[in-house]
Amino acid sequence: MSWLTEYVRPRIRTLLGQREVPENLWSQCPACQQMIFAKELEKNLKVCPHCAHHMRATAIERLGWTFDDGAYTRIELPKVPVDPLAFRDSKRYVDRLREARTKTGMEDALIVAHGTIDGHRAVVGAMEFDFIGGSMGAAVGEGLVAAARLAVLQEAPLILYTASAGARMQEGAVSLMQMPRSVIATMLLKEARLPLLIVLTDPTTGGVTASFAMLGDIHIAEPGALIGFAGARVIEQTVRETLPEGFQRAEYLHEHGIVDMIVARTDMRDMLSRLMALLRPPAEAITGEPAPAEPEDAAAA
Amino acid sequence: MRHFLDFEKPIAELEGKIEELRRMSEPGGINITDEIGKLTEKADKQLRATYARLTPWQKTLVARHPDRPKALDYIRHLITDYTPLAGDRAFAEDAAIVGGLGRFRGRSVVVLGTEKGADTETRIRHNFGSAKPEGYRKARRLIELAGQFRLPLLTFVDTSGAFPGIDAEARGQAEAIARSIEACLSAPVPIVATIIGEGGSGGAIALATGNRVLMLEHAIYSVISPEGCASILWRDSAQAALAAEALKLTAADLKHLRLVDEIIAEPLGGAHRDPGPAVHAVGTAVENQLLPLLGLEPEALRVQRRDKFLAMGREGVA
Repeated sequence: MSWLTEYVRPRIRTLLGQREVPENLWSQCPACQQMIFAKELEKNLKVCPHCAHHMRATAIERLGWTFDDGAYTRIELPKVPVDPLAFRDSKRYVDRLREARTKTGMEDALIVAHGTIDGHRAVVGAMEFDFIGGSMGAAVGEGLVAAARLAVLQEAPLILYTASAGARMQEGAVSLMQMPRSVIATMLLKEARLPLLIVLTDPTTGGVTASFAMLGDIHIAEPGALIGFAGARVIEQTVRETLPEGFQRAEYLHEHGIVDMIVARTDMRDMLSRLMALLRPPAEAITGEPAPAEPEDAAAA
Repeated sequence: MRHFLDFEKPIAELEGKIEELRRMSEPGGINITDEIGKLTEKADKQLRATYARLTPWQKTLVARHPDRPKALDYIRHLITDYTPLAGDRAFAEDAAIVGGLGRFRGRSVVVLGTEKGADTETRIRHNFGSAKPEGYRKARRLIELAGQFRLPLLTFVDTSGAFPGIDAEARGQAEAIARSIEACLSAPVPIVATIIGEGGSGGAIALATGNRVLMLEHAIYSVISPEGCASILWRDSAQAALAAEALKLTAADLKHLRLVDEIIAEPLGGAHRDPGPAVHAVGTAVENQLLPLLGLEPEALRVQRRDKFLAMGREGVA
């Protein structure tokens, strides 16, 4: 497999690019309706400075916010057979794919990169909700396996940002099989005793939640994120009850013991860094030999 | 009384006529054996023709047929000394997932199934085959029990999907399914899974991540129900027939996509017409698939299972 790389330079360049779009000067917070100066919103990682509402972010933005100085190396993910079902509804699946690629600039709904976070080497995968609802088909499944393999190769933790409506319907049972395949990805990390940190972002549902997203060593959720298995409408139709306030939101999951913590986006890097440092086993656990003594100790002995 | 599906109406009419003629001929009056013979032949022909070209939507209806043998029918007839086990040891017993210890062809095994129930009372008891987290946690427990005692695991899958409910979400439905898949993938014993009716999405794969996956001829296996898919992509659940077509959910499709290993032929007119031979055919197929796995070491079984699923979707179809 060629880990063909695309190095993304520190973020100054992206900021320069955005300044050229004047109509984006102001944004409105969908939660509190306040107007926010675009530059301020950008600086605040798309979190409303008035009400702390976490707006949806792209996979590319997530990588930029996570790695040191926004610099990382993207890996090329393995190619998979396209459109195994020759699927079409009102539109052909191949056309939907093409549109999603144009819209997002991504090959499919997952990107994987490596770099450092506060000096810790890490592999990070981020899902793109704008790519057919972040749905998991063969390309995402294969990408997750590739990400896990890269983490094992680099002896680095794997961090996965989830954002997905679930399985990619247009790939039928092939997409269903990505559930066990993504579970295999988590097992590769586990067998290598490397941390798998899952960051659940808005929204994460269906087959993605019911596979790798619930098998992390640590589950972190962004505030207010919708996280669940079944869709709210389906549940309402099945049980014919009104859903409780805050149902399937990050805070609800935390209360029910499904996520470890809720972390604001602006604190995410610090938390990821702290977890990686705490989870890093002492050298002897890896090599099987005692760690070399510190110079001072040697002098004392 | 036998349930007939809409597309089985011409067959039902013929069979009704045959029944009527039989009754007429009984008192010893007119001899109409010839007539009955002819009609029976015609009905058979009609049945054969209908079932030879079922559409994916018709297969969906057959897979959900109320008279179709359910997981417990297979377990009762194929497993001796069946000893049901209950509970997830944490919250509850979920009767949507049935399972326990028993003997299959003389060999001690663990069996697991999703059970839809056969009449109103049992359907309610088994929650129509839709399990809650406690069901998947019980499944995981039994999968691990099989591993602990090195017993082969046989599963019989028939569910429209995991239960979509408030309580199910609150107790971590997604996590329970994920852990059940993980348990299957980690098991050091052979797993032979059979899709006997509906293989409904995550609720099905939770019990179907096997070394071998078999599927009955008229069973379906899909990432979403045709109705659900139609309501999302066509914005109209009445377009379910179209969605069923597009989803490629029949046994033949799954075999072509290399997602299942073997299709088990059903008796003429479907398993619901003749449950005995259907159950027997499943027993034979499961045994044939299980035997070669019995000699494999635990690690070899895990590797085989993992490689099998890793290959899915990576390679194109012929």
